[in-house]
Formats: sequence, C-alpha cells, structure tokens
Amino acid sequence: MSDLNVKQYETCNSPTWCPGCGNNPILIAVRKALVNLGIEPHEVAFTFDIGCNSNGANFLNGYICHALHGRSLPPAEAIRLANHNLKAIISFAGDGGGFGIGIGHFIHACRRNIDILYLTHDNQIYGLTTGQTSPTSSKGVKTKSTPFGNPEEPVNPPALALSSSATWVARGFAGEINHLTSLIEKGIKHPGFAHLDVFQPCVTFNKLNTFDWFRKRVYKLEETDYKPNDKKKAWSKAWELDEKLPLGVLYEEKKETYKDQLPQLANEALVEKKLGSVDLTKAMEEYK
Amino acid sequence: MEHINIKIGGQAGYGVMVTGKMIAKACMRQGWSVFCYTEYPSLIRGGHNTYQVYANKEKAYSQRGDIQVLIALDEETIKENGKEVIDGGIIIYDSSSVNLKDKRGDVEYIDVPMIEMSKEVHGTDLMKDTAALGAVLALYQIHFVTIEDIIKDAFKIKDEEIIKQNIEVARKGYEYITQKTKTKFLNIKLNKIEGIERILITGNEAIGLGALASGCKFYVAYPMTPATAILHFMAANARDYDLVVKQAEDEISVINMAIGASFTGVRSMCATSGGGFALMNETIGFAAISETPLVIVEAQRTGPATGLPTWSGQGELLYAIHASHGEFLRVVIAPGDAEESYEATIHAFNLADKYQLPVILLTDKYNAESPCSVEPFSTKNVKIDRGQMISQKELDKIKDFKRYQLTPSGISPRSIPGQKNGVYQANSDEHDEYGYSTEEVDMRNKMMEKRYGKLAALKKDMPEPKIYGNEKAKKTILCWGSTKLTALEALKDLDDVRVVHMQYMNPFPVEFIKKNIDPKTTIIIEGNQTAQLQQLIRQQTGMLIEKTLLKYDGRPFYPEEIIKALK
Ligand SMILES: Cc1ncc(C[n+]2csc(CCOP(=O)(O)OP(=O)(O)O)c2C)c(N)n1
Ligand code: SF4
Repeated sequence: MSDLNVKQYETCNSPTWCPGCGNNPILIAVRKALVNLGIEPHEVAFTFDIGCNSNGANFLNGYICHALHGRSLPPAEAIRLANHNLKAIISFAGDGGGFGIGIGHFIHACRRNIDILYLTHDNQIYGLTTGQTSPTSSKGVKTKSTPFGNPEEPVNPPALALSSSATWVARGFAGEINHLTSLIEKGIKHPGFAHLDVFQPCVTFNKLNTFDWFRKRVYKLEETDYKPNDKKKAWSKAWELDEKLPLGVLYEEKKETYKDQLPQLANEALVEKKLGSVDLTKAMEEYK
Repeated sequence: MEHINIKIGGQAGYGVMVTGKMIAKACMRQGWSVFCYTEYPSLIRGGHNTYQVYANKEKAYSQRGDIQVLIALDEETIKENGKEVIDGGIIIYDSSSVNLKDKRGDVEYIDVPMIEMSKEVHGTDLMKDTAALGAVLALYQIHFVTIEDIIKDAFKIKDEEIIKQNIEVARKGYEYITQKTKTKFLNIKLNKIEGIERILITGNEAIGLGALASGCKFYVAYPMTPATAILHFMAANARDYDLVVKQAEDEISVINMAIGASFTGVRSMCATSGGGFALMNETIGFAAISETPLVIVEAQRTGPATGLPTWSGQGELLYAIHASHGEFLRVVIAPGDAEESYEATIHAFNLADKYQLPVILLTDKYNAESPCSVEPFSTKNVKIDRGQMISQKELDKIKDFKRYQLTPSGISPRSIPGQKNGVYQANSDEHDEYGYSTEEVDMRNKMMEKRYGKLAALKKDMPEPKIYGNEKAKKTILCWGSTKLTALEALKDLDDVRVVHMQYMNPFPVEFIKKNIDPKTTIIIEGNQTAQLQQLIRQQTGMLIEKTLLKYDGRPFYPEEIIKALK
C-alpha cells in the first residue's frame, strides 16, 4: 500500500487535450484523491461518456467502462449494484453528455442514492464537436450553433441535484487542484450518490468562461461559516450565479443507500454469488 | 381427436383472465394438454377481453377456431365471438345483463343468472365470472371438488371468506347446469388422465425461469407489453433467488445498466418490446465492440410506432438481425414455444458468455403471453458455461494483461473489476488489445476481424432447424418463432406435409436450408407483411420461395387457415 503513487493511475497514453484545457487538472486531482485514499487501480471502476472530457478514459488506469455519449451513469449504477466491494466508482461526463442527452439518467441517479461519485466536467460548451452551445451555456452567449446569441436559460446542475434528492452536492473548479482533490475524496467517501460539478474552462471554444473569469468570482464555502446540512440554504447557494460563485460542499446528508434496502446485498456482492444448482420448485409453485 | 375448446369474453375488470386461467387449470389438472390464447386491448377498464382454453388429450399446440362453449359476460362477446361457436355449441349468458338480438338457430343458449348468484352470496356482481366457471365445467362433467381446489389455490392470498364465497357462487353455477337446465350435456367428458403433472406457463415465465436457472443475477427493464410479465416474474422472485431486479428510467438506461452489471462479471439480462428495443439500438453495438456478454429479450408486438400494443406479430426479424449501426456479430434466437423459451434462455446466457457478444431472444406476444401446459422445468441438465473468465491465479502470472488479445478464435480471456493485474478499458471507441482508443488502420482491421472471426466456432454451436412430421413429405411448411405452434396444430390434420421450424435465426443456417428446402414445394408462413424470412433466405442462399402465407393484423395464425392454404 505504501508504494501507491499517482504513477499507477497513469497509462501509456499522454493526455491529448489542448494545452491549458481544464480537463488536465481534473485528471490530476482524480489520481491524487485515489492515492490519498489508498485505493489501488484494480479496486476502482470508472465509467466515461463521449466528449473531450471522456478521452480521459485513455489516460487513467483502472477498470473502465467507456460508454456511449451521455450514458456514463447507468453502467456506473449497475456496477455498484453488482459489486459493492469496489472501493470507488466514479462516473465522468461532460455538460453535454450529462445535462443534455443524458440528463434523465442524472435525475434518477440522484434519487436512487446508489453509492457512486458523479463528476461532471462543466465547460459550458460542446468541446469535441468543436464549439456548439451546451445545456449549461449562459444565456446570450455566441457559439457556432448560436451565432446570434443563445436564447435559452442554462441548466443549474447543483440545483437540479438538490431538487432530485441527491445526498451529496458539491462544486469544484479546475483552477483549484488541491481543493478539487479534497472534494473528490469526500465525494468518494460519501455513502450514497455524490454529485460534483466542476467548472472546467475550455480554452479553445469557450471564450467567456475562462480561468480568469472564474478566478474573479469563485470563493470557498469552507472559508465561510456555511454548514452544508440545510437544504434550503444549499438551494440559495446553488443559485448564487452572478457576482460570486461558491465552491465546496453545498449539501450533505446521511441516508440509507439503495443497497442498504436490498437484503440480497446484505452480505456477498452479486458478483460473488454462486451459480448453478438452482431449485425452481418455489418459482413454479403457482403455475401448478 | 377429442378436445375441449372454451372461450370466455367480457370487459376488462370482469375477471375474464382469472376465470379463463382457472378453466385452463381444471383441464390441466385432469391431465389434459392445454393451450390458452388471450386477447385484450390496451385499456385497464372496459374494452373487449377474451380468454380461450383449448385442451386435448394429446398435445395442444395452439388455439383453434372451433369454439364449443362461449361464455359471454357481455353483449360485445356475443357480437364479436358468437360466430366462432360450432354447430351444436353452447353460449352461456345472463339475460339480466345481455340482450340477445339475432339468435343463431344451430347454437344452444343457456341463460345462467350469474349476476344474481353473485349478489346472493357476495352482495355485488363481482363474482359472476366464478358462477360461469362452475357452469362451464359442469357442462364437461367435471367433479366439483376439482373446481373447489382450483378456487382455493387461485385465491390463496385472499381471506377465507372470499374463498368460501367464490366456492359457493361456483357451486350455484355448477348446480344450475346439472340440476336446473335441460341441456344435453356435451358428449365430451373432461375425465381424469392419471399420472401426468404439468404447469401452466407462458413464454415470458419460461424465460424468467430460464434466467433463474442460468444464474442471472441482475435483471433490468422498463415496462412494455408484451415483455412486462418478465419484469413482474423476476421482481417477485428476486429475494428467493438472490438477484437484483431494477426498473430503470428508460430502455436506454436499461441496456446500459445491463452492460454495466455484465462488465462487473454478473450474468445480466434485460427485456423489452420493439419500441424499447429501438431505444436500445445504439447501445447494442457498445456491447458488441466492448465484447461484453449481454442477453436481450425482444418480445414483438405489432408496429410500427405504438401500433397495436397488445397484439402479436413477427415484424422484427430483419430488424433484430440488423439493429444498431455498424457491423458486428450477434446471435438471434426465436423460440417457438414455452419449452424452447426456457431452453433458449439458458443457451443464450452461455452463448453470450462464451462468445462475449449480444444475444437477442426474439419472441412475440403470442408465445410470450399464451399460457400452455408443460412438464415442470428441470435444472438437472443445465450447464453453466461462463466462457473464458480469467482467474486471479492466471492474472498473477501475467505481467501485461491484454483484455482484447488477438487470438485465433477471436475470443480473449476476460477479467472483472476487483481482479489485480486485470485492469482494462471496455471501450465504445475502436481500441487496441488493452482497450485504449485507436484509429490506426491495422489495429482497426484486426479488431473487426477478431470480433467477426468468432463466427466460425459460433456456427457450430447453433442448433439446426427442426423438422416435424414425415421427413419425406411432399410439402413443407417453413416457419420461425411462435408460428411453430399453429403449424404443428395444423399438421395434425394434414397429410404428406412436414413442418420445418427455424429457431436460431442468426447466424443463419445456410447449409441446412440449401440441403433441406425445395422452394417449389415449400410455403413460408410468418406474421408479417413483407415475408422477412423469405427475404432472408433469398439473401443468404439465393433461393426464392415464392409461396407464402402472411398475416399482420396482430392476430396469430389459426390451424384452419394453414390447412386451407395447403389444400
Ligand atoms: C448519440 C450521439 N450524438 C452525438 C454525438 C456527437 N458528440 C460527441 S461528444 C458531443 C458533445 C460534447 O460535449 P460535452 O458532452 O459537453 O463534452 P466535452 O467535449 O465538452 O467535454 C457530441 C454531441 C455522439 N457521439 N453520440
Ligand atoms: S476543445 Fe476545449 S474541452 Fe476540448 S480539449 Fe480543447 S480545451 Fe479541452
């Protein structure tokens, strides 16, 4: 255990993101958090989306389910139900995958309270498809698909998580690696569904929400007297969107997880159950 | 051939399904072979529902058209189904709720005051269908104790009082026939054949039992007729059989969850109908490219779009074979009856694991929801083949594990999360032997060839079509999936005809068809408009079988139709 280091979470591939892309620091924070928690690559499962962010699947070592665009959550939920012994399950998505095409999965994952960390790389733009508007793009912003300004209101991910009964809701920033690392650790440790939305500047296509833009606005909740145990207060924090942007844990609640409610999972994991020699007598009883 | 053929009809909520099932069980427990066919619209109350019970001392394969007794719980039943009753048949009705308009001269009408009987005992008309149960079984001269036992079992979960009342109402119906009517008893007696024990089961339930027998530990679905009953079955059995059953938010989530569980090393299955299968399409290819075993049940109903939601059809054969973008290997199995559904499910899990690919079980409403009597399923001969799952011991010896190692068979050993030295990426992008994304020409070609290369071995694992009847007969009925049921029932009345039934549809049995089918003496019978099996055979073998009998109105074939087509 003692020789565990971030190198073990690297692969033979070097990141191919644009220089300065916010995805780089997020990857570094993920690796560091796992090492800090003493988790080895084979003890963790990651699920990925399709998008710039999810090219990270090639740069991160571990058991990886690199799913289709917008579909990183459902496999992660099932992986947890099938093997509750895994030390961590992290599902990654972009704001397009997570809050556009896959938003339905997000709401339902929140209310299920399955023990996973859902990390969204929120760059407020479609990166991989070269710069269209995203569900989190600001109103009015000009992109390739909205050359005259985006006419839609953005989705508010933490507010959506709160209203969907997520038990751990947080916000991070790619420009604050250490803070982000500690948030990832907390999210992994949280027993239940944890959503961490990360401001991830896209230096190539999002000329509005830049590192500097965020640096002028973000502040850390830990440095205030804010306590993340009150949903109403968390709700107000989630709507602080203009001058100041809060970072940190907005809300945290201890609640029984999905697994806790299933006697089938009280002991061994599904994957450990013995197959074969099934007696169908009971299941056939009512058909006699 | 002595047989029994009864139909009960009424609005949804009248107890048509419950009573029909009790009639079926009475026949089955007397040792008769039973096939039941149900029709119902996509409504919860009202509409026209029917339950038909066909019983035969020999095997009852499908429903038949020659109804002996029709129980009309409403006027609609007389209007819709009155003409199905044979000359000399009987219609049971209640004149307090059903007005007879045009009476048929060749049918006996028996007015049984079912509503009054129910009211006398229960205070409401809710048990009128139980009075019908007593009456109809009295016509076939069954002992009342048999009826009593069936009622006790059917209402087991209800309180004693309800059971007592139902028995009393049934007795009233029974005695009305035996004591108060002057009807000539039907000359068919539902006498007891000793020594036979069967269960009454649908194709859906058979699939559920097959999944339990196979060690399916994760079942996920979104409700959709006619696959919904599998969800109900699996959920009801989840705790006893130690598995997790999940209803997901949509079919896209369903298939992705199924893949997630399978990636983890658990046998997982999902089920849906055409619409849900359409939503799953993109992801089927993910199972294929990531070589994650997956069993999908596609229970066809009648499309396009919402179509006829509660009716049957075979319009998705070519769709199942081609669904999802890109090219990849998959297995498509179309079981023809409940027994084949059970066996095929067990085989599907083994094929999925062995070849690490998606297996589609293509059923339809007709097989999925038609109760029939079968011998209780045994798990004695169930073999579980998980394919090449690599052990921790083996992994410990390997420095550089390649999950997608290029092998001559195309199959590579599979690790699962938690195993040391086994990490890999199950990648929806084209990838190299480790699973890392690659767009390089050589590796792309090698991976495509590796995945498709499994075909050679897979073909040998695909059972051939089955031939029923005289192998050397002059004429051949060629069918697939549930059309087998009616074809075999019709075969009883056909001379010099054989039935060739295809169950394993993809990979296609080219050699068998070339060897065994003469297009000039063959008729293809299938439940679709565009003769999809005909197209498939032409594509695969170059052979054109011109003669077809097709149907796409949601109704199954009747043996009478097939017999006519062959005459
Ligand atoms: C079903 C489907 N539709 C569209 C695409 C094309 N596509 C790939 S990534 C992407 C959006 C990328 O944006 P985002 O999810 O925000 O991730 P980013 O690239 O910004 O990290 C789209 C639309 C796809 N792969 N699959
Ligand atoms: S396009 Fe944007 S999100 Fe994609 S790699 Fe470049 S900077 Fe990152």
